[in-house]
Amino acid sequence: MDFLTWFVIVPSLTVIGIVFTKNMKQTRLAAALGMSVQLILAICLVFMYLAERRAGNTAEMLFMHTHSWFSSFNITYSIGVDGISVAMIMLTAVIVFTGIFASWMVDFLSREFFISLILLSTGVFGFFISIDLFTMFLFYEVAVIPMYLLIGIWGSGPKEYSAMKLTIMLMGGSALLLVGLLGIYFNSNAGGGALTFNILDISKVNIPIEAQRFFFPMTFIGFGILGALFPFHTWSPDGHASAPTAVSMLHAGVLMKLGGYGAFRVAMFLMPEAAHEMAWIFLLLTGFSVVYGAFGAIFQKDLKYINAYSSVSHCGLVLFAILMMNKTALNGAVIQMVSHGLMTALFFALIGMIYGRTHTRMINEMGGLMKVIPFLGVCYVIAGLASLGLPGLSGFVAEMTIFVGAFQHADSFHRILTIAAASSIVITAVYILRVVGILLLGPVKNDHFLTFTDAKWYEKVSTGVLIATIAGIGLAPLWLSDMINDSLNPVIIQLSQVILP
Amino acid sequence: MDFSFTVWIPLLPLILFVFLGLTSGSIRPKISGYIGTAGMTITTLMSYFVAYQYFFNRPAGSETFEKIIAFNTVWLNLTEKLQINLGVLLDPISVMMLVVITTVSLMVHIYSIGYMNGEKGYSRFFSFLSLFSFSMLGLVVATNIFQMYICWELVGVSSYLLISFYYERPTAVAAGKKAFIVTRFADLGFLIGILLLSFVSGTFDFVSLTDPQGALITQGSSLTFMGLSVMTWALVLIFMGGAGKSAMFPLHIWLPDAMEGPTPVSALIHAATMVVAGVYLVARLFPLYVFAAPDALTIVGYVGGITSLFAAVIACTQNDIKRVLAFSTMSQIGYMMLALGVSGYGDHHGLGFMASMFHLFTHAMFKALLFLAAGAIIHAVHSNFMTEMGGLRKYLPITHITFLIACLTIAGIPPFSGFFSKDEILTAAWEHDKFLFFIEYAVAGLTAFYMFRLYFNVFWGKDRHYHHTPHESPLVMTGPLMFLAAASMFTGFIPFSSLVTSDSKPFESHIEWMIAIPSILIGVIGILVAMWFYKKENGISEKMAGGLKHLYKWSYNKFYMDEVYLFVTKKIIFNNISRPAAWFDRHVVDGTMNGIASVTNRTSSGIKGFQSGQLQKYGFVFVSGVIILVFTFIYIWFN
Repeated sequence: MDFLTWFVIVPSLTVIGIVFTKNMKQTRLAAALGMSVQLILAICLVFMYLAERRAGNTAEMLFMHTHSWFSSFNITYSIGVDGISVAMIMLTAVIVFTGIFASWMVDFLSREFFISLILLSTGVFGFFISIDLFTMFLFYEVAVIPMYLLIGIWGSGPKEYSAMKLTIMLMGGSALLLVGLLGIYFNSNAGGGALTFNILDISKVNIPIEAQRFFFPMTFIGFGILGALFPFHTWSPDGHASAPTAVSMLHAGVLMKLGGYGAFRVAMFLMPEAAHEMAWIFLLLTGFSVVYGAFGAIFQKDLKYINAYSSVSHCGLVLFAILMMNKTALNGAVIQMVSHGLMTALFFALIGMIYGRTHTRMINEMGGLMKVIPFLGVCYVIAGLASLGLPGLSGFVAEMTIFVGAFQHADSFHRILTIAAASSIVITAVYILRVVGILLLGPVKNDHFLTFTDAKWYEKVSTGVLIATIAGIGLAPLWLSDMINDSLNPVIIQLSQVILP
Repeated sequence: MDFSFTVWIPLLPLILFVFLGLTSGSIRPKISGYIGTAGMTITTLMSYFVAYQYFFNRPAGSETFEKIIAFNTVWLNLTEKLQINLGVLLDPISVMMLVVITTVSLMVHIYSIGYMNGEKGYSRFFSFLSLFSFSMLGLVVATNIFQMYICWELVGVSSYLLISFYYERPTAVAAGKKAFIVTRFADLGFLIGILLLSFVSGTFDFVSLTDPQGALITQGSSLTFMGLSVMTWALVLIFMGGAGKSAMFPLHIWLPDAMEGPTPVSALIHAATMVVAGVYLVARLFPLYVFAAPDALTIVGYVGGITSLFAAVIACTQNDIKRVLAFSTMSQIGYMMLALGVSGYGDHHGLGFMASMFHLFTHAMFKALLFLAAGAIIHAVHSNFMTEMGGLRKYLPITHITFLIACLTIAGIPPFSGFFSKDEILTAAWEHDKFLFFIEYAVAGLTAFYMFRLYFNVFWGKDRHYHHTPHESPLVMTGPLMFLAAASMFTGFIPFSSLVTSDSKPFESHIEWMIAIPSILIGVIGILVAMWFYKKENGISEKMAGGLKHLYKWSYNKFYMDEVYLFVTKKIIFNNISRPAAWFDRHVVDGTMNGIASVTNRTSSGIKGFQSGQLQKYGFVFVSGVIILVFTFIYIWFN
């Protein structure tokens, strides 16, 4: 059995294990155990990857494995990782692990809850290790379906509406995506070879420009919907607001990254000519959504809505950086995916914990929480500071890499857009400090708040791991940045080979 | 001399921050205060040692003070050329700043042991002080502009945390938020400036950026934008960052509110160290300003001049003693900026640069003293308002004497240190720009007036009704006062022109008595007027206020700058941008999506009647279809 497949097998085994558990205690123990193994695997993967690179292995993808499973259409189970997917796998493992601890107290149908949650993560892990478009798409769908159940059954508020909206919009994206992927597939013989879904093989083929013009926007928008591309982001506030804690964490933390990752790995990598031609449209859209999302967040009253709009802004920055098409900005985009994943997961975890105590998410009904739950309060401040890009935490590294990279463009269109996007750092500070000020500081608003207990051990595990990772990346970003940087070469070569008219 | 140990000067406070932060709650608060202070003492001693080695023990025969990179490590690679390093750069200004910061920080640590005694969050306070010391020390020893930006942001956040230290007090929370957001806005300018500068020069490194023989200065850049060269834009934007931190007009509005923080914090951050970061930034890039963008340097000078006058006028009418000192700080930093603005490069041309650094040094000492003394006063009478004080000289003898020394120093009376540094600034201004020179004369008079207004109101006049008899603070608080008073008295004799100069080469400077004597006279007049007005209650001041009603009202209300900001943030940004954006998103963008969904729904419910499952209906449709087809065929057949 090759190493990467374990990333799919371990969650599947965990799911099977959970089926046989008898009560909530056993269930969550099994889930925690399985995901701990997964986390350890991911850490091993990072070290193995780095060791392999240091040993001089310069292959595009490492730990490759191919197994044909539908030979008449040349669909294969092809897996392999480069620095970017390793970073994303690490991110996913951390978030699923902490998500389990954040939902330690789910007592309604807990077995089914954990099964759906881990099934979802299986899809995500599968997505990140695949280098076959069809397999990738398959895993993507595996991830989306449990989402519907998780929100519809364990959610809160108008959960049926939100679950339906989210699923339908994402399915709409999938439909576009599927057409896009098939379009790529049927043009993958342009070089004279056989039709293939394999990304590495397709990247060596020049897909005709006419086809690219048609399929690039489809693929990009299809993934973009998942990555909250304006104006297709409206599933996100409602979806997040209704979703249970761990699902919000996983969704904002990882699932939205599928969009950025796919846009980069499929749309940009395989169709560079069209990317060059059309980037300006999407740049305007994403640059707009960076500022727009931040302004939208200032005005929200529900904690989860604030975070959802903040995600629109931060994920907008991911797509924005991808479209800048130079190495530094792309590197920043990947770091931003990791960083945003971690800090938004932390945010949602904390919001869940606060909600569990106050039973409200409306900020004007809360106040002075720092005095009663100092541990959670400090964590929230740290998450906020990471979000507004404080040096020493991961957000700063990502944003600065993006801004410096994007500013290296020779023409003023890109540079002015960069300045516009950079202005979001001020607006972010406004909404973060507003929330912190209202929610945590000031006098204790309600006397029954004084009865709250501070974080339990499982809550400390969940937030502690996330904060440690955020600070780790923020303090010593060099290894991550270098690991990503080396893997960007194929994309950069693809993009720079384009002969512009 | 190997200076690589200097990396521990910023690192030690960082370790203390982490340690005190993690152990807060588990060790006794008193102990964490002692640990913090002990750590700061070590840092201070190391800085003094570095200063001694650097200034007085340099290699024999060398004329200039070399720039020494004592430590440098790669933190992040951005592009092939651009990388962010973290390191320690030693040159005259950074070594001088090390001394300033560690001295004031140590005094504030010692003072806080007494001042904060019994406060909730005592150990939190010391851990934040350590965080601040780390960031500020990291800022001054930065080897490259990006490291400076990193520490700049950290300084901003420590300032935020310390201003809103009393987090249950809504005014403190609001003040912290305001300070952070206003400076963040300014930092955006700084960031864009860095982007522009690195784009033109391909480096962040200070040594290569500011090399007067370097490619950037000798060749410049041909790029222009809206009539100004890119270098000018970059440096003006960078100055914007500096102006935000240093509370220059019109980005000053956060500083008076920042006085909500504990008084030792005001002394350390909002008087002596952080607020001069902007001055330090311009001084750090000084060769660039002088050679590549003289226009930007003129802007620096004029912004400084306007701020110093503006703040001095406001300080004359404020009643909160900490606010008077805050506006006085703004005014004095304006002086330093102005001094940089009227400076050239090298030898005597660089007089303004030297004077600015000199004034920065002396100001740190006497302004920290003023704030700490004000803290002792507030500690004694439990009020911030001078209208509730009077006759305190009997009760607080040590505070009284040290406060008087500080007032004489800031008023520029010889032989105290403020006289010397102010005189150098005036001389530099006289040689470069007569207009700014006369502004400074006016400010000198106003400064003496408002400081002695404060002094006479607090220490003379009638006793007020106090809750309990005010008593002198313990030695742990008066000790720092006495130390800083001694520093204010004697630091004027430090031969700055042979230590800290624009081109790191010593030059001769002497006191211009033609400029100094009128300036002393102006200071004395200011003091006498204040004495006449306020030493005894005689109603003259009220009459004057009545005579200059409009000016008084505008000055008392700080020229309504807060209202302007409130209008921009509340009315324009919050109500006219953010609210419509949120509405637009919910109703237009999301409405469209929902609209598509409901159209789909309605269409399907419209046509679902066809699939009713009733056999007779299907039969009817089938027969009708056959009939239509038959007729169609017949029609086609016969045509």
